[in-house]
This record gives sequence, structure tokens and C-alpha cells, in this order.
Amino acid sequence: MDTLPLAVPDDDAGPLTSAQLRELYSLMVAVRHLDRSAIAWQRQGIIPGYAPELGQEAAQVGSGYAVDTTRDFVFPTYREMGVARTMGVDMVGYMSTHKATWHGGLYDPVKSRLAPIQAVVAGSVLHAVGWAHGQTLEQKDGVALTYFGDGASSQGDVHEAMNFAAVMKAPVVFFVQNNGWAISVPTERQVAGGSVAARAAGYGMPALQIDGNDVVAVVEATRRAFAHARRGNGPVLIEAMTYRRGPHSTSDDPGRYRSLDEERNDAGEDPLERLRQRLLADGIADEAFFAEAIAAAEAEEEHIRAGIQALGSRPGAEMFDLVFQETTPALQAQAANWREESEHV
Amino acid sequence: MSNSILESTSGESTAMSADKPVSVTVMSMQQALNRALDEVLAENPKAVIFGEDCGRLGGVFRITDGLQARHGAQRVFDTPLAESGILGMSVGLAMAGFHPIPEVQFDGFAYPAINQIVCQIARMNYRSRGTMPMPITLRVPSFGGIRAPEHHGESLEALFAHVPGLKVVSPSNPHEAYHLLKYAATRPDPVIFMEPKSRYWQKGEVDFAADGDAPTGSKVMREGRHLTLVAWGAMVSRCLQVAELAAEDGIDIEVLDLRWLKPIDAAGLAASVRKTRRAVVVHEAPLTSGLGAEVAQLITQSCFDTLKAPVERVTGFDVPYPSGDLEDEYIPNIDRILFGIQRVLEYKRG
Repeated sequence: MDTLPLAVPDDDAGPLTSAQLRELYSLMVAVRHLDRSAIAWQRQGIIPGYAPELGQEAAQVGSGYAVDTTRDFVFPTYREMGVARTMGVDMVGYMSTHKATWHGGLYDPVKSRLAPIQAVVAGSVLHAVGWAHGQTLEQKDGVALTYFGDGASSQGDVHEAMNFAAVMKAPVVFFVQNNGWAISVPTERQVAGGSVAARAAGYGMPALQIDGNDVVAVVEATRRAFAHARRGNGPVLIEAMTYRRGPHSTSDDPGRYRSLDEERNDAGEDPLERLRQRLLADGIADEAFFAEAIAAAEAEEEHIRAGIQALGSRPGAEMFDLVFQETTPALQAQAANWREESEHV
Repeated sequence: MSNSILESTSGESTAMSADKPVSVTVMSMQQALNRALDEVLAENPKAVIFGEDCGRLGGVFRITDGLQARHGAQRVFDTPLAESGILGMSVGLAMAGFHPIPEVQFDGFAYPAINQIVCQIARMNYRSRGTMPMPITLRVPSFGGIRAPEHHGESLEALFAHVPGLKVVSPSNPHEAYHLLKYAATRPDPVIFMEPKSRYWQKGEVDFAADGDAPTGSKVMREGRHLTLVAWGAMVSRCLQVAELAAEDGIDIEVLDLRWLKPIDAAGLAASVRKTRRAVVVHEAPLTSGLGAEVAQLITQSCFDTLKAPVERVTGFDVPYPSGDLEDEYIPNIDRILFGIQRVLEYKRG
């Protein structure tokens, strides 16, 4: 669906090269393996909880792949592990949020160009608009990419963000991963009007509703949207249709709201398998390459797991020290009291 | 620093008498705030002002009057009418290195933005481990007293003060307004700046130099020996009136302008009440869980041994802010404050 046309040609950068397609596959394998492993870590007691993105690898890797980390900025939710990995974020730092080490993660958001992990549904969508308007004010050409889901699209902040961005022609790409489920509530009981993309017309904003399980389609759509926004044409909405193949989180029990048959029917073809078949059919990769990709993913996961297991708790003093840039006497007094009563110093 | 805007808004006069420094000017709080913002914009190229009607109109209270014409529509701009949008956008601008100075048009309009204020602005420095400070100065025309419609007379200080990561300040007169806003708008942390809207048009002397007068902590506005009245915002001038009346009966009252509602100046409170040994705290907000309770506890903790009576609270009631006809019944008036003083003075230990 193209409700309003984009003001740019199909693709600035030309078609994806064979090397890029192989890179996308390797990224998706790494993300798939880390995601599956994180569930195992939770079962093994290494981390207390996790929000899997199984089935959304194409949507996340494909969109993250379009980001230029020298000038763009990305605003994630709590389920953007694939985006973070694709952007080259320190994954021990990223996964530390699931270790309950620090809410926002231990990675450096400024250097990573990835805002801290956001637990408020639709919480960071408006931040993207503000950041993007800052680019306009400073005559820079960065684009803000903000993620949210079909459930978050019900939040008022999403409307405010889209309206603000359209009024101010802010360079924002709104990237909706419509994965069919907001915990237990399906999209049809969440999104009126047929789609999130359909709403864009009301803001005078172009929208692309795409096959979110086709990584090539995702990369191309995101690049087009970036080009449109970067050239001063205002925001774009992308609705990537995908499927949350796993539970909402490791605490969730999808058996209470959908059957395995329904999952098999609704999930469609596995995005990773689709890309594998494509690479094989086009002669871009062979079984040896796939085996190498899996081996690399396994080595990477072991490295990240070791890093996560080695992470100790942050010093309790950080509770107090990181509230403000300029602390207060009351906070200092509480910190001193805590040190005395808890650390006995 | 030129002040052509202020000249065009008129009404001020530079005091030239020999006993006052030439830096002293008589102006309204609206003019003082306007001048502070004008200077902040001139001094910090990263400062931006925005909100509903802040641009061309200059704000419904004219606090940003002339600033867009002077600093450009990139620095001072109107937003769509949505408070969560205004505050959420502030977060992104702060991440991009700006110093946002958003306005929420009236106190009650902060409620739709509470999610962004509490869950985002207040926590982003913490969440980002100090890498993404939120130097956001949120101006909120606050408190009652102008016969306004519903949701235009709220006192939100206790709500904001309770949120970790926010600082809260309220000026009581034009001099305080100028200095506290200039200070707040140059801090690296989020500050809720509560402007007492009923005092916007009262004039007072502003000493722009104010050497040695730190814009932090509380401030003794009138010295006294028998009792300390603790207040902030519009209640300070009322307490000063009360002190004058009480003086006719030989009661010597100290008036402490708390100024910073977070962090509260516990040392300043202790110093005043250690001397007077009696305290009454006055605020417009409802009684229960109001900031008066916090003030009373701080005083009790520091002055328990010498207090001659429990700390009294004279406040609004635990009712939704009433219509204009009943406003004067709700806001602490001179009589109610005098009764509070009387209860403390006449207290006998059981």
C-alpha cells in the first residue's frame, strides 16, 4: 500500500549486492540464535526475563541495515535486539537490560546512536520527533528512526508524534512492526481502519505497508523512507507486516490465547528460511556459507553469554549518583545513610 | 544587553535614587520573566522556547512576548496543541543537545503530559547512565487566584516534587522570577518552574546584578523572632501582609520564601525555626500529602527539642479546585493564616 507517494525514487543506493545479501543473512542468523539462546538463558537462570523477537528478524535486521550511524538516530522499544545487533551495538551492554543490570542497558546510547531501551509502550516515539526537529533547526541531515508495534499504535502519543512530525516536516521514519499480537490481543481487536499505515493519509504523510518477513523489501522500503525524510520532505510511516512467533515475554503463555495450529497458519513462512531459499536459488550462497554463518552465530552467542554471566551488579551508589547531573543535599544524605546501613562503612 | 522588548512593553522605570544601585529596575513579574528568557536565548544558542501560542502571540500570559520576533521562529515556536507532544519532543531535543524551555499553558494541562514528564524527562539521565542529560526547563503558569476556568488553578508542586529526577522551583516576586528563571534555565537537570500566575502583573524592584544573592535554597523575606511563616509562590506576599498585621499586635514574624520545592532547603528551614521556635507552613495545594507535610517533618527533625508547638499547616482543602466564586474560600487568606499563627502561639503542652 502506497497511500501517498514518496518524493524519492525507489532506491538511492541501487539494488543490494550479493555480499550485502549474505551479510543480511548472517545478521539474521546471529539474531535468531541469540534470541533463542536468551530464552534458554532465562530457563537456566542466567537472566530473569526476556522479550523474544522470533519471527521479526527480517523486519528488525532489514530496517536497522538502512541506518547510517554517522548521522541517524534510532529509538527502540524493549524488543529491538535485532536492530541493535545490526547497528553494531555492544550486545553484552544491550542484553544487560534482560539481566536486570540496568533498565536502559549498559551500552552507550550516544555513541551507539541507539536511545536507551524503552519500556513504556510508544514512550520514545515523540522523542524521535524532537530529535528530528533538532536536525531541522541545525540544518543537519540526520533521520530519526522510531520503532513501535501494533499495540503501541493505540497510544495517544503515537498520534501526537505523527501529527507533530507532519506539521513540522520533521525527518522521522515511523517503523511499525505489526506482529499480529499485543501480548494476547490480536491486531483486529487493536487497530481500527484496517491498518496503521492507513492512518498516514490523515497526516498527509506517505506510508509503505510492506512484507515485513522479506528482508530485501524491508531494506529497500526503509532506504526509500530515509531518502524521503533526509531530503526535507517530512516523515514517512512504514508498517512491516510480520508475526510474533514466540511469546510476548518469557513470562507469557500464548497457549491461553492462540493455538499451535493458528500459529502455524498465521505466521507464514519463516523469514530466515525465505532468505536462505532466495540465496540458494540465486546462487548467492551455498550450504558451506550457511554452516559458517551458524558457527559464527554460535561463537558470538557464547561470547555474549560469557559477558553477561561475568556482569556483576552495578555499585549501589549508582542509584544515587545517576539521578541528576547536579545532585541534591537530600540525595547525598540518603546515599550516606544507605552506605552506613547497607555497606557498613 | 539591550532590552528593547521591555521598553516596548513599557511600565518599568529605572530607579535613579542615590540609595539604590543602577541595576535596580521596577517591573512586573511578566516583564522580569520575559527579560530572563530573552537573555537566556541570547546567551545560549542551544536554548529553544516552544509550546502552545508561545510564538507569534507571545503566550497567553505574554511571557514570551516579542521573543520570536527577536530570536527567530527557529528558536521560539508554536507547537500543535498537545502537551504530551510538547514534553516528549523536549526529550528528543535534549538528546540532540538542545536546552528546551517548553511551556505548558496552564498547570492543569500538565496532566496530559505526566507520562512524558514522569517516565521520560525525570528518568532519562538515570536510564542513560548520565550520558543523556535532560536540561529541560518546563515553565508552568501555576496556582490559583485569577477566576479562571476548571484546570487553570492547580498546585502541582507535591506531585512533581515526589518524582525522582525532577527539581521544582517557584518565584514569589519579579526579582526572584528573573534570577530563578535565569538559573533554572542554565541547569543540566530538568526543572519544573512554577510561575504564580496571580502575581504576573504585580510590580517590584528587580536588581539584575544581585551580587552575592545565590539563586539556590530558601530566602528570608522578612526577619522576625516569634514565628516563621514558610511559603512559596503567591503565598509569600500574602504572608508578608500577615506579618505586617501581626506586627501591630507585637508579634514579630519571619517570612521564609522556600523558593526551591525540590530540593528543599532543610538547612534554611532549620536556621529560621531554631531561632523562632514556631512555624506555620502555608500553601494553596490541598492539605493531605501536600508539601506542607514534608516541610513540617523537616522542621520537626531539625528543631524538635526547641519547638514550642507542633508545626501548623494553613492550606487549600482536599477538594477539587473550586470555581472563581469560591476561590477566596479555598486559597489561604489572611484570616486563616492569622488563625494558624494564633493556634501555634497559644499552644500549651499537654
